[in-house]
Amino acid sequence: MFRIGRRSRIFFVCALLIAPWIIQVIPTISHYLDVLVFAGIYTLITIGLSLLMGYAGQISLGHAAFFGIGAYISGILTVQYEWNPWFCMLVGVVVTVLVAFLIGTPALKLKGHYLAMATLAFGIVVFIFFNEEVAVTGGPDGMGGIPGLSIWGYSFDTELKYYYLVWGIVAAVFLFSVNLVHSRLGRALRAIHTSEIGANAMGVNVSVYKIQIFVYSAALASIAGSLYAHYINFISPGTFDLSFSVKLLIMIVIGGMYSIWGAILGAVLISFLSFEWLEMFKEYEILVFGLILLFVTIFLPDGIISLPKKLRGIMGKSKKPSGQKRD
Amino acid sequence: MTIMIVGLVSMVLGFSSCDKKTGGDVDVYKIGAVFAVTGGASFLGAPEKKTAEMIIQRVNENGGINGRKVELIVMDSEGDSTKASLQVKKLMTKENVLAVLGPSTSGNSIAVIPLAEKHETPLISCALSYKIVHNDKTGKPYKWVFKVAQADSQAVDMIFTHLVSKGIKKIAIMSVTTGYGASGRSEIIRLAPKYGLEIVAEEKYGPKDTDMTVQLTKIKSFEPEAIINWSVGPTQVTVVRNWKDLGMDNIKMVQSAGFGSLKNVELAAGSAEGVLLPLGAVNIAELLPADHPQKTVTMEYLKEYKGKYAEMVSTFGGHAWDSLNMVIKAIEKVGADKAKIRDELENATGFIGQHGVFNMSAADHNGLDKTSYNMVVVKNGTWAIAQ
Repeated sequence: MFRIGRRSRIFFVCALLIAPWIIQVIPTISHYLDVLVFAGIYTLITIGLSLLMGYAGQISLGHAAFFGIGAYISGILTVQYEWNPWFCMLVGVVVTVLVAFLIGTPALKLKGHYLAMATLAFGIVVFIFFNEEVAVTGGPDGMGGIPGLSIWGYSFDTELKYYYLVWGIVAAVFLFSVNLVHSRLGRALRAIHTSEIGANAMGVNVSVYKIQIFVYSAALASIAGSLYAHYINFISPGTFDLSFSVKLLIMIVIGGMYSIWGAILGAVLISFLSFEWLEMFKEYEILVFGLILLFVTIFLPDGIISLPKKLRGIMGKSKKPSGQKRD
Repeated sequence: MTIMIVGLVSMVLGFSSCDKKTGGDVDVYKIGAVFAVTGGASFLGAPEKKTAEMIIQRVNENGGINGRKVELIVMDSEGDSTKASLQVKKLMTKENVLAVLGPSTSGNSIAVIPLAEKHETPLISCALSYKIVHNDKTGKPYKWVFKVAQADSQAVDMIFTHLVSKGIKKIAIMSVTTGYGASGRSEIIRLAPKYGLEIVAEEKYGPKDTDMTVQLTKIKSFEPEAIINWSVGPTQVTVVRNWKDLGMDNIKMVQSAGFGSLKNVELAAGSAEGVLLPLGAVNIAELLPADHPQKTVTMEYLKEYKGKYAEMVSTFGGHAWDSLNMVIKAIEKVGADKAKIRDELENATGFIGQHGVFNMSAADHNGLDKTSYNMVVVKNGTWAIAQ
């Protein structure tokens, strides 16, 4: 819930549009485009997760499962039945929504640690399914030969094209999510986060809203999974395990749980850190990663997105009254 | 917000400038490698990286290849397919390497096949799955992809031949739920009828499991004469220890080639006595007869590796040795031309490696046969040829 000025928003959109062209020209960072595509895919998931965790205050340690369901449905249907990939993405979303609904209804009645355990268990069950059902999913070896995406003959076969596709979808989802936050659902979610009992007492149908946002975040993860499958053209269960669910959490925590901008920042930052920047540390990569996490959780509990506000606060230049929390 | 943008941009530029500068070095032969140096598969990637670095250092000390130095770029995939994919892509495009060694695991290798085909750069995997060099759709190998590890079917053939010679009829299978375990298991099931063997029991376990007594106890009740365990890594040691602790050593225990490191025998603390396994010549260099075709290269590798790292050689380092030396030999002959290197690799015959004598061809991008394996038994804490 951090205000991003209009000028900054426009700047961000412009940067997004022209960044790939600049990146492609500079040799040392020309492969950053690849990382940005992944960052975009992860952003789709983190936007949904930040709504679930930041606004609604629910925990999910199993979101990699939804990412995986989307990826595998797209993979299996396009490879074995050769259906249209976009249609398969839709099927993926439908299946994921059903699963999320089935899991969410009982699970979201739990709170705190119990909810975390339930989502954790769910994630593991789905992972085992991907791993064991060799006939359907190809098992631990994964499945390859997944086709790329194309619309009416125009195929997204280069990183540049895929970049615009993914970030285009991210932009659409971003706008939709921001609207969601300003709507009745958003207000209800914030009420639920502050106090479930209080919200209930005020007539907010807590269970329904919690499930709605859970399902929404799962659907986004599913779309991200399909995009991932059609990008790498290969998926294996190892990508959709507990450690990825944890990585998603890290993205949100570092970026800023209470802000959709934080979700974007977190996804991009962690993508670059884990795929690129920490490579120079070789075996110490994981140590440095841990240190960064530690630093952020201690000094910036609201995520890096809160840094400007904190800096402004420290420097005594409070431009806005602190009561204003809208995004 | 502006401050943040400025901060981000400077961070990007700062980090990227720390990246090794690559441009313009035409006077160096560049070879790339993607190994699982850390993470769950590090017992594969760590010796592979050490072997590769050792070889390149020696080559450069002797003046390089035809007078030109060689630069080896090793990237750590951590056993993750997404990372391996990004790294292979980076090596083939940004670094423009002449060939890529690895990845270390079957799953990672299969994931990067399309990249090798797209960027037309030879990829020599150090992993085992036959799917790496077999396109299910065309029945032929992928043009730019090779592998240097023996096939699971060859290991199973060797194991079964030995078991049958001992008059064994009933076997049980224990396998790990990874691609490696699944591949071995399906080969065992496929080939058992051919050798007249009956599979009386079958159990599975996960790669991070720490106790397999339940599975072994279940198997015991079916009274097999031999148990074949197909996994690689710490679980192989655990299974052997559990087997001994349960007093099941009247039932023969056969391990897959993944057990091929004396460190495993050490960790098993005595329980590995009598365990059988198929091994490539690299592990039993000292036991080979003087006229064995691989005697010289395996003894050399043993001396060099042990001398430099003070640890025993392993199967996996051997794969790195084979793949790197094949590439070096090809570069020696044709220089910095990826297509020509690929052709050289495809036509490599009589290449004496750590794991066998390789005879590649257009139809066979692995080049090994049954003779690349030797049946070995653990005796007095070390390897001995099984009788």
